[in-house]
Amino acid sequence: MYRRMVRIREFETAASDLFRRGAVKGTVHPYIGQEASGVGVCLALRQDDLIAGTHRSHGHNIAKGADPAKMMAEILGRETGYCKGRGGSMHIAAFETGSLGALAVVGSGIPLAVGAGLAFKLRHEDRVAVPFTGEGGTNTGNWHESVNMAAIWSLPVVFVLENNHYAVSTKVDDVIKIKDLSERARAYGIPGVCVDGFDVVAVYEAAVEAVARARRGEGPTLLVTECYRLEGHYAGEPEVYRTRDEVKEQWKREPLARFRADATGAGWLANADLDAIDVEVKQEIAAAVEFAKNSPAPDPATAMDYIYA
Amino acid sequence: MSTASERDAVSLTGSKPTLSPELIVQVAEVAPARDLTYQEAVREALREAMVRDPAVFVMGEDIGKHGGAFGVTRTLFDQFGPDRIINTPISENTIVGAGTGAALVGMRPVMEIMFVDFSGLAMDQICTQAAKLRLMTGGQVKVPWVLRMPQGGGAGKSIAAQHSQSLEVWFAHIPGLKVVLPSTPYDAKGLLTAAIQDDNPVIFLEQKFLYSFRGAVPEGEYSLPLGVCDIKRSGRDVTVIASGLMVWYAMLAAKILAPEGIDVEVVDVQTISPLDRATIGRSARKTGRVVVVAEACKSYGPTGEWAISAMEEAFEYLRAPIVRVTGRDTPIPFADSIEKGVWPETEDIVAAIRSTMAW
Repeated sequence: MYRRMVRIREFETAASDLFRRGAVKGTVHPYIGQEASGVGVCLALRQDDLIAGTHRSHGHNIAKGADPAKMMAEILGRETGYCKGRGGSMHIAAFETGSLGALAVVGSGIPLAVGAGLAFKLRHEDRVAVPFTGEGGTNTGNWHESVNMAAIWSLPVVFVLENNHYAVSTKVDDVIKIKDLSERARAYGIPGVCVDGFDVVAVYEAAVEAVARARRGEGPTLLVTECYRLEGHYAGEPEVYRTRDEVKEQWKREPLARFRADATGAGWLANADLDAIDVEVKQEIAAAVEFAKNSPAPDPATAMDYIYA
Repeated sequence: MSTASERDAVSLTGSKPTLSPELIVQVAEVAPARDLTYQEAVREALREAMVRDPAVFVMGEDIGKHGGAFGVTRTLFDQFGPDRIINTPISENTIVGAGTGAALVGMRPVMEIMFVDFSGLAMDQICTQAAKLRLMTGGQVKVPWVLRMPQGGGAGKSIAAQHSQSLEVWFAHIPGLKVVLPSTPYDAKGLLTAAIQDDNPVIFLEQKFLYSFRGAVPEGEYSLPLGVCDIKRSGRDVTVIASGLMVWYAMLAAKILAPEGIDVEVVDVQTISPLDRATIGRSARKTGRVVVVAEACKSYGPTGEWAISAMEEAFEYLRAPIVRVTGRDTPIPFADSIEKGVWPETEDIVAAIRSTMAW
């Protein structure tokens, strides 16, 4: 649990550094601050359960068990990346560890999870599909159509809504009238749960229940994780829409320190154990960066590959 | 030297019943036992695919007991039940997105959108998601689905601007999609069977006016190759490139002109994308004259692509400028008196052929 959260933090820190130094082209959308949400949910899933991601899904992939080296290679546009350098940061999807793709149009990945859930139900498989979205994505037609469809057919889907409070620059209060986003579930006749998205244990417990319900064939749940996006929309973004004080205040709640305090306080783990994990993960991510840098770029002669199956 | 696609197209023509102008004239007459309508041919392809492959299911609005807006799925609900003929809410984007999700985990969904005009609601899932998933995942996945959509108009339909469009180029412009528009019952069944078996997202457009057209259709599953044009009539003097309903009009034009000694070749672009440029080129080189015909609007429409392809493949063989016959650049008006004037008619094709022959 802690290891995966640290792995996300270190990966995002390294990816953002590479982006600022120009080694990563395109863009990087860091998941820093939301680690507990992705990890808490994905640890409640089996390997053969599937997640649908977004433009901000490095964390979801790592939480589901993806290899940071193949992810870093993808971000650097290398042939050894999960998507052979054809996708990049916004489309990293490790299908081998249970991804349905990372779709970078806000809201667009959600229907894919409904379709996977439908297939599971039609084939009498006890698998579960989990679409991630932010609070911004819940204002899309995709979200409302999908929740409704999964609800009427009682599909094994857990809709995870990570309220990180900002859709690029737009604050949640400016675009959603209600405070508790889990209330939206009521309109579709499904349960809605809201948990502290900084608390990985709370997220995990809520996810376990929602996933079990889906697996039993009782239909979808809306699981809202109250998070905060501690970095900019993309790495290096100016963030003119919020104050430094506001961000500083939120950093006090960040999920890794939170888990450390909880774990050591309750005697689950000692600080030395956690420090050892920090060191190991730092080495792992450094190795991932090296692997990526030493990997070949795709051959220009293959530019037209993978258009059709 | 002939390419593989040319050989396929030629052998295909040889092995199938030719669409004759007589068939058009005798539509209402008693047909042989295995004559089916275009609508029945589509239904038969769906039925046989579902019997053969449990991964195939059908999803769309009002397709259950009601049988869909054009009755294509009628009787299938009774045969296969609600788990395989799935009635959906009015949620076009999520119908397609759910189809993509199901396809990613091994199903072969066939979705129906009631009119192609409603596809605007689903363009994100069609063009920005499904079409790109294979490339942007580096080939980790494939998206084997079919999206069936009725399109186009036809004499006396009068369903106005939001139910009459011909939109094949919307999809043909997006690499990663295949786009099919069959003109005959035989083609409709064979091409739909191929589309369902194909591992890519296939846009399958059905010309609404053709639903009632009859033609010989073999029993049992058979598939026709995607990505090849079909020579519907072999001729010496001029090539008419067309698709859908316009193929029938082109055949009629050929019949009208035959007594004058003008021998017309009709090339049916039954797969709009990827386009079989080789067959277009071969025909244009043979005849030296080309007329391109589509129901869709003129500007940025399919005829522009066909004409430039003929030029690229056969410029030095062309003996006359290429002539376009197209729908006019307007939303489709309602009143019968003006609706008629916006689509090409047989006589427009006849006039175009005469003009190119006059060079």
